[in-house]
Amino acid sequence: MSAPSDHSKSSPLTTYFTVWVALLCGTFLTYEVAKIDLGPWNAAVALTIASAKALLVALFFMHIKGAHERLLKLVVITTIAFLIILLSLSMADYATRLWS
Amino acid sequence: MSDSQIVVETASHAEVHNPALQHQFAEPQQQRDAASLGMWIFLATEVMFFGGLFCAYLIYRTWYFSDFAAASTSINAALGGANTAVLICSSLTVVLAIWAAQTSRRSLMLLMLVLTMLFGCAFLGIKGVEYHDKFVEHHVPGASFSFEHEEIPGHPGQYANPHHAEIFFALYFIMTGLHALHMIVGLGIFTWLLWMAWKRRFTPEYYTPLEIGGLYWHFVDIIWIYLFPLLYLIDRHK
Amino acid sequence: MATAIAQPVERTNYLNNEYGVKSWLLTTDHKRIALLYLISITFFFFIGGFFALLIRLELLTPAGDLVQADTYNKLFTMHGMVMIFFFLIPSIPAVLGNFLVPMMIGAKDLAFPRINLLSWYLYIIGAAIMLHCILTGGVDTGWTFYTPFSTEYTNTKIIEAGLGIFIAGFSSILTGLNFVVTIHRMRCPGMTWSRLPLFIWAHYATSIIQILGTPVIAITLLLVVAERALHLGIFDPKLGGDPLLFQHLFWFYSHPAVYIMILPSMGVVSEIIACFARKRIFGYSFVAFSSIAIAVFGFLVWAHHMFVAGISVYAALVFSLLSYAVAVPSAVKVFNWTATLYKGSIHYDAPMLYAFGFLGLFTIGGLTGLFLASLGVDIHVHDTYFVVAHFHYIMVGGALMGYLGGMHFWWPKISGRLYPEGWARLAALIVFIGFNLTFFPQFILGYLGMPRRFYDYSHMPEFQILNVFSTAGATILGVGYLLPMIYFLWSMRYGKPAPDNPWNAAGLEWKTASPPPTFNFDEEPVVTWEAYNYDEIDTGHKQEVEVVG
Repeated sequence: MSAPSDHSKSSPLTTYFTVWVALLCGTFLTYEVAKIDLGPWNAAVALTIASAKALLVALFFMHIKGAHERLLKLVVITTIAFLIILLSLSMADYATRLWS
Repeated sequence: MSDSQIVVETASHAEVHNPALQHQFAEPQQQRDAASLGMWIFLATEVMFFGGLFCAYLIYRTWYFSDFAAASTSINAALGGANTAVLICSSLTVVLAIWAAQTSRRSLMLLMLVLTMLFGCAFLGIKGVEYHDKFVEHHVPGASFSFEHEEIPGHPGQYANPHHAEIFFALYFIMTGLHALHMIVGLGIFTWLLWMAWKRRFTPEYYTPLEIGGLYWHFVDIIWIYLFPLLYLIDRHK
Repeated sequence: MATAIAQPVERTNYLNNEYGVKSWLLTTDHKRIALLYLISITFFFFIGGFFALLIRLELLTPAGDLVQADTYNKLFTMHGMVMIFFFLIPSIPAVLGNFLVPMMIGAKDLAFPRINLLSWYLYIIGAAIMLHCILTGGVDTGWTFYTPFSTEYTNTKIIEAGLGIFIAGFSSILTGLNFVVTIHRMRCPGMTWSRLPLFIWAHYATSIIQILGTPVIAITLLLVVAERALHLGIFDPKLGGDPLLFQHLFWFYSHPAVYIMILPSMGVVSEIIACFARKRIFGYSFVAFSSIAIAVFGFLVWAHHMFVAGISVYAALVFSLLSYAVAVPSAVKVFNWTATLYKGSIHYDAPMLYAFGFLGLFTIGGLTGLFLASLGVDIHVHDTYFVVAHFHYIMVGGALMGYLGGMHFWWPKISGRLYPEGWARLAALIVFIGFNLTFFPQFILGYLGMPRRFYDYSHMPEFQILNVFSTAGATILGVGYLLPMIYFLWSMRYGKPAPDNPWNAAGLEWKTASPPPTFNFDEEPVVTWEAYNYDEIDTGHKQEVEVVG
């Protein structure tokens, strides 16, 4: 679920309230989907919804969307990239320990 | 004496003698941009700080999935969900407070700041209830921890390994506890922002502390957005 | 603009514009904060050096006859912790970086001067806790804090040491944050990214590592403290925990940490070589981007410290490959510095002697890193003196040489005095000889199988002769380090007053007085020339700092 992109400076309020509703719906959705058995996909779905919510907060509440500089986006992307490095390279060890 | 002692009065850019302009900056926009970048970089450090915990969590959840599921079932997902909603509402009030500052709506700004703090307190209150429940059930890691005869969801008759469950609770308390600590710091920051707003320090031209305080608050919200499904919703369908 | 007559003692500068303890302890002037750091880290250098002395004395004889085994464990642990966290990691960034970064980009101060002061206080608090820990028994786990020994079995002061390092870590984070924001937001007009001194590029890269890496060791230490206090089981195999998880989290920071220690030194070397070869650094862009590359690649290789710890061999293969890759940007720098020297007009002043030392010793240290990156070889040399020699070649032969070279190069700017050049060259030579005598035998010792962290090697008495060489070298090295301490202090009173630009060097910091005024420049510089414009400087085209407006 994503909020409609509202660039008009005259109604940031609409954007804020739309995002707020989207976030609450996402929370509700997360809670309900958790009760359905999707096998191994439960975690993936939950994290996808969480990431979508985080993206909404970052883009619209933290004003990354509309930030005139690419620097802030670079900071965010770099940070996420290094977090992924930590998680994935560690998992590379744990996931393959039993192979040999 | 060096000829550089001759100071030429520069008339090319209008120097705003803003008392809020610090001496190392040439103009207010530079100061604003520096503050914003500084806060974003600080948030980057916070992401990596929590990231280490997420790494530990990821590994142990993979290793001990059933034990983690059993432990996760014993914490109150409804309260966790309620807390998520509370934080989302608080993020809304934060952006509304900033909008109010931008549009010179002082009363609204003060109201939104107070509401934000109330939501924050509500979050901590609900957290307190949760922690109390865990304490009563002896699920707090340490000397009095006990997790005997807890069934693994979906596998009646099979019981979770208490040691592995203790790791779950250790991570649960450390991650939510650290998050709550950040929340408390956030409340402190907003108390200060509220005081500044009350003292009429914020104008449509200068509300930088609100902005960067808001960034911090939203970050705390985002961390919780991830903590909720990871900690509270493992195998809830079983 | 550089004045011919400089009388720093009489002009108002950052040292004499205000007197009194409060004016120093509550300063927000980046230059004064740099000096506060200088005093603090020098103090800890002595403490770390003292432990090194005791280690080398013990190893003079094969028998463990100077101290007990537990004490020896504490000696090498405290030596490592103090040198790494309280000397090397702050050293260049907190002293030279703090002093020079604003000046090199034409700014009046860092972006956040009060956070800069906070950084120093956090360092002091962390350092005080560490000092207390040392004085009340210390820690014996090795600076690496491996679990479950550190969380479960040792009865030394882990929590205190962990807290001290945790707090000092925030000092490092805030310094990095300050530098990144400053370099992005406070460059003077005309100072484009491609005109930045390579010292700035090096500190930018270092700051990225400090920002992204340090928080991970912070949380790791917190977990160790929690585990130790509450017996949680996160790292305890008896309770289902994985000791290797600690190692992954620990080394995720601690490997990039070594790049925090070396990158600033590389920045210093670039400045020195350009000045004393009177040439623009060859391949400026390559050197600049290699700093960023080192910072990024440095985060991808941490498990090469864990090859024999029990990680998956497939993961080990990946990390081994990546560890070879991380050597490439460093090699790029060495080639470019060497190319800079070619057809340069070389001057052998003390800073340049340190830079030459760096070139050779860092190369040796780096090449021996490749030995360690190879899985097959590492099995044999892991946890031997080969590793010890490798990292001391980089940390001491590399980072510390760069630090000393930088201190000599910028001493006139910092203090307004010239140090005695003859003594400085002698000291550099003594350091070089002492260093090689100390650490080269250790490569041989390690290759022959002498384990590290052993206080008694009486089952291998044939190693004594090399150990004796090493200890002799350490004594010579100690003398080499003491000399600059003495003559720098001497110069503050008796040294010749320094002109604005004693080296005729390029760089904005040389265009203001020695010592500089509190706000660095009398008016904001406007840069219209490229970095390292030595050809213009030496042919007499003095670059005028244009007046704004």
